[in-house]
Amino acid sequence: MKHIVGKVVLLGFQGVGKTALVTRYVENSFHRQIAPTVGASFFTCKVEADGNMVTLQIWDTAGQERFKAMAPMFYRNANAALLVFDLTSQTSFESIKMWVQELKGNVDEPMMLCMVGNKIDLNDQREVSREQALAYSQSIDATYLECSAKTDQGVGLIFQKLAQGLLRLQGLTSTLKVYDDDIMANSSELEATDTANEETVNVSIGSIAHGNTVNFGKCC
Amino acid sequence: MSTLEVEPGAAPESGLVTTDTLDNFDEMSCSLEEIKNINPSIEDEESNDNAIINEHFDETVSNDNEVASVDDDFELNKDWIGKDKHVFVLSMAGKPIYSRYGNEDKLAWLFGVMQTLVSFIQSSDDCIQSIHAGNTHFVFLVKKPLILVTVSKTRESESQLRIQLNYVFNQITNILTLTRLNKIYEQRQNYDLRRLLSGVERLIDHLLTFSENEPSVMLGAVQCLPLAASVRDTISSAITGACSKIKNLVFAILLANNKLITLVRMKKYCLHPADLHLIFNLVQASESFKNSESWTPLCLPRFDASGFLYGHVSYLSEDCQACLLLLTVERDVFFTLSEAKQKIVEKLRRSNCLEAINESLSTPGESSASAGFVEIRHYLYKCKSTSQFYQPILSPPYTQTKEPLTRIYKRAHHRLHNSSRPLKLMFERSADEAILAWDTKGFELFVVFEPLIDTSAAIMLVGRLLNWIKKKEERLFHLNAPTF
Repeated sequence: MKHIVGKVVLLGFQGVGKTALVTRYVENSFHRQIAPTVGASFFTCKVEADGNMVTLQIWDTAGQERFKAMAPMFYRNANAALLVFDLTSQTSFESIKMWVQELKGNVDEPMMLCMVGNKIDLNDQREVSREQALAYSQSIDATYLECSAKTDQGVGLIFQKLAQGLLRLQGLTSTLKVYDDDIMANSSELEATDTANEETVNVSIGSIAHGNTVNFGKCC
Repeated sequence: MSTLEVEPGAAPESGLVTTDTLDNFDEMSCSLEEIKNINPSIEDEESNDNAIINEHFDETVSNDNEVASVDDDFELNKDWIGKDKHVFVLSMAGKPIYSRYGNEDKLAWLFGVMQTLVSFIQSSDDCIQSIHAGNTHFVFLVKKPLILVTVSKTRESESQLRIQLNYVFNQITNILTLTRLNKIYEQRQNYDLRRLLSGVERLIDHLLTFSENEPSVMLGAVQCLPLAASVRDTISSAITGACSKIKNLVFAILLANNKLITLVRMKKYCLHPADLHLIFNLVQASESFKNSESWTPLCLPRFDASGFLYGHVSYLSEDCQACLLLLTVERDVFFTLSEAKQKIVEKLRRSNCLEAINESLSTPGESSASAGFVEIRHYLYKCKSTSQFYQPILSPPYTQTKEPLTRIYKRAHHRLHNSSRPLKLMFERSADEAILAWDTKGFELFVVFEPLIDTSAAIMLVGRLLNWIKKKEERLFHLNAPTF
């Protein structure tokens, strides 16, 4: 059994439900009125896919425009981007296109793109049609899924797809960490967005990370 | 009375900037450059940031405004007019940015009037300060590139209202930095700042409520969570131990329930209480910090208004709701700080500090009657040299509503610090209560007594009270100012 550790960044317009999506999956809870994310929040979770274990290190970024300048810190070195929009808002869908352009312009390593239309429970207020979203996702070579963080519809599948996507990325990118067993993977659970520097993995059962500092800014 | 030499809570060194009430709130310092120069490893990506801002300058404003409720047409309805305190923020060009109540777009005409008033006075090389009409005060704060206005019937003094406006200005700088704010308006005078401030309305709302109800803003001081001195020291040393090797870490702040537990700082640097209030406000108003570790930029305007500090923000654990902030000048050390946080929590758990914090959080605290001062209903004690204050919990008749008490304090505070005729000592009796307010070199004290107390008894009680606080000072105040 292989264990891979991949970094995922959530991007999208404010209020589309990025945090709701992650907390639904990680904590299985939903709050109608979550306060907007300030800066970015960090989550980790484990997903089993095709007999392998995938640890996702998730950066849930704030959607407000003033935090945009921070985004490169989180998407550089990410192995997958979850592009979330609100099915009932065309504006939020347009904002995805902007993110895709920014990613294409700034990230060289291969990255899995996954487009998510959230709030399917509000289907009657839908502004973005499935066809429109699918067509765009195909044009950028992304997976497209719809879900509702509120009703927990389709959320599990997103993370399943993410895990499978990351497994397929093995060997294609240097930023994805692959371990042959669990202990090794756990030991570096909190380890940073690595890359070019040699990493020394401490073998310890406790899941406390070891201390080499890694700079976001200097790689790529 | 003047022979009293007790000065509870004083310490030779303080982690907080010493404040005098009504000190110059305009002042801002520039500490970031200094720190960056000591450790020049930080890449300055400012210019990079700006490029990104410019790119999106011309996008049309999202159609949020249209969506923003058609139903709440506040325009001049009774409810809206009846509000005790309105606060407005606009740009020099008169563009609406914030209104405490109602939709700014619908109030555009009103913002126009405010801008006209300001520029009319400006045209004769003067600056509008305030307008008074009966019990309503219109106070203006013109602080380039913004204009802040409050219309208040709360009976707070003009200077108290102006401090609140300054806090609102600082809250906006806290989010954007002053440099960026200025740059935005240099580039485009009629920029709609609301698109950069979406979500910040909540912070400003919260801050205004905080500054109205909590004595900390009026006093320019913070309250500490009561803890045994040994526990506080253990907590501080757990933080220093885990963080001493991390360079460019400027402040580590542990707080719970709007009270400071400890503040560890980089040598030479102190935190201004006004900055700490912004941090309290951010933590209180942001539920999202509770769910996970966060990484957020924030500007502390009194520390350095030109740039961001980056904060690792997290609650200690599920079973201990104290919030830890590690503030650094480096933008990419989340994981280093995340690891330091784990170490801190483990140490605190092993030394039973988490329990001590929980215990202090769950005990309601002492009322002045339970401490043996039956004739004293409530009091505020501020130690000037450490910028900390203490107050007992509320007791009747203020348990139902705190408002009368707040008003008494604000009034007494204004009497002491009235710029045209400041007082050192004041004793005033009304049908409902008696108040003694005392401003000395080392402390400020406001005591509310039962109305029938006579002067000599009041003075005797104040002496006893100061001694009591002195005896408890180690528990009630954060007396040392640890550094990394």
